[in-house]
Parts: sequence; C-alpha cells; structure tokens
Amino acid sequence: MNYLHNIGKYFLMIKEMFRKPTKWSVMKHLILKDIDDLIISSLGIVAFIAFFVGGVVTIQTALNISNPLIPKYLVGFATRQSIILEFAPTFISIIMAGKVGSFITSSIGTMRVTEQIDALEVMGINSLNYLVFPKVIALMLYPFAISIAIFLGIVGGMAACVYGGFTTLEDYINGVQLDFVPFHLTYAFIKTFVFAFLLATIPSFHGYYMKGGALEVGKASTTSFVWTSVMIILLNYILTQMLLS
Amino acid sequence: MIIVKDLYKSFGEAHILKGISATFEKGKTNLIIGASGSGKTVFIKCLLGLFPYEKGCISYDGKIFSDLTENQKRDLRAEIGMLFQGGALFDSMTIAENVMFPLRMFTKQSKSEMEDRVNIVLKRVNLAEAHNKMPSEASGGMQKRVAIARAIVNNPKYLFCDEPNSGLDPKTAIVIDNLIQEITDEYQIITVINSHDMNSVMEIGETIIFLKDGYKAWEGSKETIFKTDNEAVTNFVYSSNLMKKVRQMYIEERQ
Repeated sequence: MNYLHNIGKYFLMIKEMFRKPTKWSVMKHLILKDIDDLIISSLGIVAFIAFFVGGVVTIQTALNISNPLIPKYLVGFATRQSIILEFAPTFISIIMAGKVGSFITSSIGTMRVTEQIDALEVMGINSLNYLVFPKVIALMLYPFAISIAIFLGIVGGMAACVYGGFTTLEDYINGVQLDFVPFHLTYAFIKTFVFAFLLATIPSFHGYYMKGGALEVGKASTTSFVWTSVMIILLNYILTQMLLS
Repeated sequence: MIIVKDLYKSFGEAHILKGISATFEKGKTNLIIGASGSGKTVFIKCLLGLFPYEKGCISYDGKIFSDLTENQKRDLRAEIGMLFQGGALFDSMTIAENVMFPLRMFTKQSKSEMEDRVNIVLKRVNLAEAHNKMPSEASGGMQKRVAIARAIVNNPKYLFCDEPNSGLDPKTAIVIDNLIQEITDEYQIITVINSHDMNSVMEIGETIIFLKDGYKAWEGSKETIFKTDNEAVTNFVYSSNLMKKVRQMYIEERQ
C-alpha cells in the first residue's frame, strides 16, 4: 500500500514541478549551475570508467574466442555492440545514480532539514519547480556524456586490443565498422533520455519528501540510489523489448 | 491586522490546535509563548499556509486566506517575511545573494537597485561588511541577522519569527530582540514571534498569547504578565527562582 502511495506521490510531484514556473532570469542560472554540478563534473569519472571497461570488454571477448574459424575482427564488432547497446547507456547510468543521484538527494534533503524548502514556500515560490525542474533540464544534456562514454569505450577497447596483442588495429577497426545499424544509436539515446529523467526525478523525490535529520539524509541517499538503479534496470528491460524485439 | 478565529489543526488522531483565536495588530510585536509541544510552531505554520487547517479562519487585512486563489496566495506571501529558527539561509549563496533573493524573485528592479537595497538592509542589521561571506562562515547571531535582513528586504507587511533567539548567547539574543522591535516600529509591520525565551517576553512582548495543550490559555502584555494569577502562565513563566524573584520585586515596586 505504501508503495502505491509513493508512486502516486511521485507522479503528483512531477505534475507540480511544471506548475507556477520560476522567473526565467533566475531559472537560467539554476539550469547552468545544475549542468555544471551534474554533467560537467561527472565527465571525468564517466570518461575513466568508459575507457577501462571498454578495454576489459575487448580483452574478455578476445580471450573467449578460441575457435580459429571465428575471424579476429569480431572482437571490435562485439565491443562496439556491447558498448552502444548496454554498457554506455545502462551501466554508466547506474554509476550516475550513485554519483549524481546521491548528490541530488543529499542536497535537497539537507535543504528540507534546514527549513530552506519551507523558506521558499513561505516566499510563495513553487519549491518543486525551483529545485527539481532545472535538474531535469540539465540532465537532458546527459546524452552528451553518454556519447563521450561510447567513443572512449571503443577507444579503450582499441588500446587494449592493440597493446595487448589480441588483434591488429586494422582488424579491430574493421570489426567496429562491420554491420553498423544506425538505429542502435537511436535506441541507446532513447534509453539515455529516459534514464536522465529518472536520474533527476527519483533522487529529488527522496530528498524532497524526506523527514528527520542528518541521519535520515544519508538513509534517503541510499534508498534513492537503490530505487533509481531498480527503475533503470526495469525500464531498460521494457525499452529493449519494445524497441529491439 | 491579522485576525485568527477558532483555528483547529490535527495530525491524525493528535489534536494540536483546539479553537485558537487571536488578533495581531500593525506596528506591534506579538509573542506566542508556551511549553514545547503546546502547538506554537504548528500555529505559526498554519498562519503561513504551510500547514492546512481543518476549521477556522485566518484573515490578512480583510483577505480570508482560505478563499484566496493560488496566485493571490503567492502575492500575499510576497508581503510576508519569515525568520526561521535555524535561519534557513541558502547554503549555496553568499550573504548578499541570500538577502537579494526575494528581490530577484518578486521585483523587476535592476541589479544596481537591488544592490543598493541589499546594502541598506545589511547596514540596518549591522552587517555592512559581510556581503561576500558564505552562511557557513557566519556565526549563529550573524546568520539570524542575515535572515532578518532577507525577511525585511522586500518591505513586508507581515513578519513571522520562529524562536529567533534559540541557540544564541543572552547578549546576542537581546540584540536580535531589539532589532526585531525596532524594525517592527520603523516599518510599521505586523510581527508575530514564536518564543519561549522569557527575556524576549519581558523585553518586547507588546501582545502575548500563551498556548497550553493546543488551547489559548491566556492573553495579555509584558506589563500584565507580572500581575496575572493565571496558574498556567505563572507555572510556565515563573518556573525558575530567578523569574519568581523578578516578579516579586516588580510587584513590590508597584506597591
């Protein structure tokens, strides 16, 4: 029953978020600040993880191809497919649920504990629009981070492949170019937009409606990470079923 | 004038406010006192519209709060200044930005006009040099003064203060009390203060309402509180030996 209550409350929060918009001159700054906090500051960790996991995917694929009849360029093909279809949009989003999600929950939760949200409400400001809406807009640039992750994942795979001696550079590049289906990129970016919305709203929900003190802010951050990850994985399944099958 | 009539508020089975009526006048500091759990904070949050109430009526200069549309409530709230217990300053903004915030949200002033107004109010609360400090770099007393500056920057008609002296040393507490009273007088605003600090009661309580278990148990002023024989008030206000002696001396002096 409590789950249903919270689901209803989540959708009401989203509806409320679009009501009574904040002045554009103020909102503009909030969006730019959130782009910096949520996207720009995450690029380092996204790049690092993408590069090395791309390398690991390549090594694992190469090591598991023991049949001499399977051409070596398939290592590049498998790396590209894994990175575009799953690794970049889904795996990176789960990492972002930890990094960005806990940042959003703890910052909004702290504002709740220290009565800053009450202060906004008393001033007649729609606090949901003021706090959550800029995060949703900022995270619409999340596909930009995922594009970098795709590129660096493939480059990381190439480095691992060539410097590890698994295939030649030429074979790897041939594999990466083999049977490329542009819709797979569309699929990856559709998923990314959906996950971006979840990354902005679920942690905001847990921060905004939390009750208690500093300890509860920590608990809310953990809960928000768990629920954001669960929803990303669940929607990943549904979207894959809908778009690819 | 703020008029509250027969206000009721419950949380589930817990009845917090049980038919409270009060009148708060312009240019006066109105204190709401009572023990912890007596319903002071709930009362003030009902006045601000942060908590919906079940029964009763709140009117701001003739405007019935519950009859107002969302836009009208928003306009009314732009005329309200609030000083929260912990200050509730925005951590990500400097002191000057915190004070400028209501101006940015509700006025169409140019940046230089806003900066001028911020300078005036920060000077008024003796914080002319603190513009670029972050709230975390300010002491408790400074944070309260910044919160007062933010509350008055947009020339509010109503000022609400939730325990403005909590966590402050006696000297700073008096500075804050006097500042609130001076501002109330200077700008002719309606000030409602929620407090259980007896110094505040004796210093600035032009109208005092005593809440007990959700009821209004007594109403008077800083002069009449010395003479009252209302048992609930005397048990609360004169619970310490020091306050008992103060009262005794006051009565003897008058005789």
